[in-house]
Amino acid sequence: MESQNKVIVCDGLTKTFGDFTAVNAITFDVKKGEIFGFLGANGAGKTTAIKMLSGLLSPSSGKATVAGFDVATQPEDIKKNIGYMSQHFSLYQDMTIKENIRFYGGIYGLSRKEIKTQSKLLIKKLGLEAYENRLVEGLPLGWKQKLAFSIAIIHNPSIVFLDEPTSGVDPITRRQFWGLIYEATHQGITVFVTTHYLEEAEYCDRVSIMVDGDLKDLDTPQNLMKKYDKDNMNDVFLYMAVRSKYKE
Amino acid sequence: MLEFKNISKSYEGQEALKDISFDVKKGELFGLIGPDGAGKSTLFRILTTVLLADNGTALFNGHDVVDDYKYVRKNVGYMPGKFSLYQDLSVKENLNFFATIFGTSIKENYDLIKDIYQQLEPFENRRAGALSGGMKQKLALSCALIHKPMVLVLDEPTFGVDAVSRKEFWDMLKSLKAKGVTIIVSTPYMDEASLCDRVALIQKGKILQIDTPKGITDSFEKILYTIKTNKIYESLKVLNDIPEVSNAFSFGQIIHVYAENELNIEKVNNILRENGIEDPKIELGEATIEDCFMDLMVSQNLEEDGVAE
Repeated sequence: MESQNKVIVCDGLTKTFGDFTAVNAITFDVKKGEIFGFLGANGAGKTTAIKMLSGLLSPSSGKATVAGFDVATQPEDIKKNIGYMSQHFSLYQDMTIKENIRFYGGIYGLSRKEIKTQSKLLIKKLGLEAYENRLVEGLPLGWKQKLAFSIAIIHNPSIVFLDEPTSGVDPITRRQFWGLIYEATHQGITVFVTTHYLEEAEYCDRVSIMVDGDLKDLDTPQNLMKKYDKDNMNDVFLYMAVRSKYKE
Repeated sequence: MLEFKNISKSYEGQEALKDISFDVKKGELFGLIGPDGAGKSTLFRILTTVLLADNGTALFNGHDVVDDYKYVRKNVGYMPGKFSLYQDLSVKENLNFFATIFGTSIKENYDLIKDIYQQLEPFENRRAGALSGGMKQKLALSCALIHKPMVLVLDEPTFGVDAVSRKEFWDMLKSLKAKGVTIIVSTPYMDEASLCDRVALIQKGKILQIDTPKGITDSFEKILYTIKTNKIYESLKVLNDIPEVSNAFSFGQIIHVYAENELNIEKVNNILRENGIEDPKIELGEATIEDCFMDLMVSQNLEEDGVAE
């Protein structure tokens, strides 16, 4: 019964490349409908962990299930049941907004009818009615990012992975983006997000911090700030992530 | 040291820079603060003579960047936004290469890069492509410095870089400034503005404001309140519906509310409580650069959703 409320169950998940351990036996759960912040310095192992959780990379050892499927043995089922968006958004620049929606709807296996309905809803929600036939190429960065996010959840996945979704976006659009994230969780979608804007970590229900391949801590932002006696997540992060500079 | 006069540039009808004018003084650490697409890189390309402006002039230590491009190229150290070193050369080979094309040697100017390069020395023979992000950034900075430039132009050196490495990078800039190098640096991170002597806030090819960081925050015209509640998203919705509130934005777990006139705190408290928000705590607060940026964006109608023909 417990496990039904967990979208990710990760037990000793490990990835090694040669004699380098990128992800070192990380163990954690992500609950249904929560916003889970996945923090870490560059090179801490975040991307490798996300690749394993999204079925793109098989683990060296350990076990993880995502949306009920095993990452090692059922990667294709995982891909169907998750959404993914990265800082290098995956929209096709030389297709229009509408065409991108139709394309990804098809990839995610929606029927024509579903694509039509979803497409209308999505365009209306983002207020893009007047621009639906515009090429993605010329759109402002913030629009692209909001569109990419909405498309990443068009198939109503149980979880969406967001890899630095707000990098470089202006401060108002960044906040609007987080509005979309909140709305998605109200639909029951679980959000797994990485960011370098540490005040955004405070919008998460729970936050984990990776340092050199280890999952060093995991708790609500409030508890982490209390535990390390810091006023904000930026200071918590700086405190935890100071690593030996010469270690490479 | 740098003078921009009425610089404009369009790409296929889209205005990237609109009539930009400002100066950077000798020895200054000047920040260009704005999101992606604001025009920062375009301005830097014009300054470093790799792009021509449609209108306006730029002077580099008194030399026109178009007529006297050779002078500029000799005296500028440019670190573009994209990692542009030779991935298949080693750390040392890259540095040697850049020293040689500028007619100097690593030895001659080692002093300037010593603090930065020392951290790279253990990996001197590693290929640049195999370095971590933070190390690549240090190598790129070393290569931009090796000919002892008058001006260092850094295009988003900390983009996508974690908070720890960002802090280290700014410490390096501070020590370079102390050695007399004029630095112009762009960044999308508003919190880095406070580390500059002066900044220009830029959005959509337009400069919103130029001043010292303190000058900018001091000139914030509205009254700012900070509110702590247990429900950020719900509180924002409620607050933005209050007519006396100009705008409410979240800053992590704290909400910043801007108002033209003093708010009746009791009334705001009651409205929040009526909407199921328990125990809100409202206090007067001080504006940050990010507050100023957002307020200027709204008042100058430069939000992304307000445009696109």
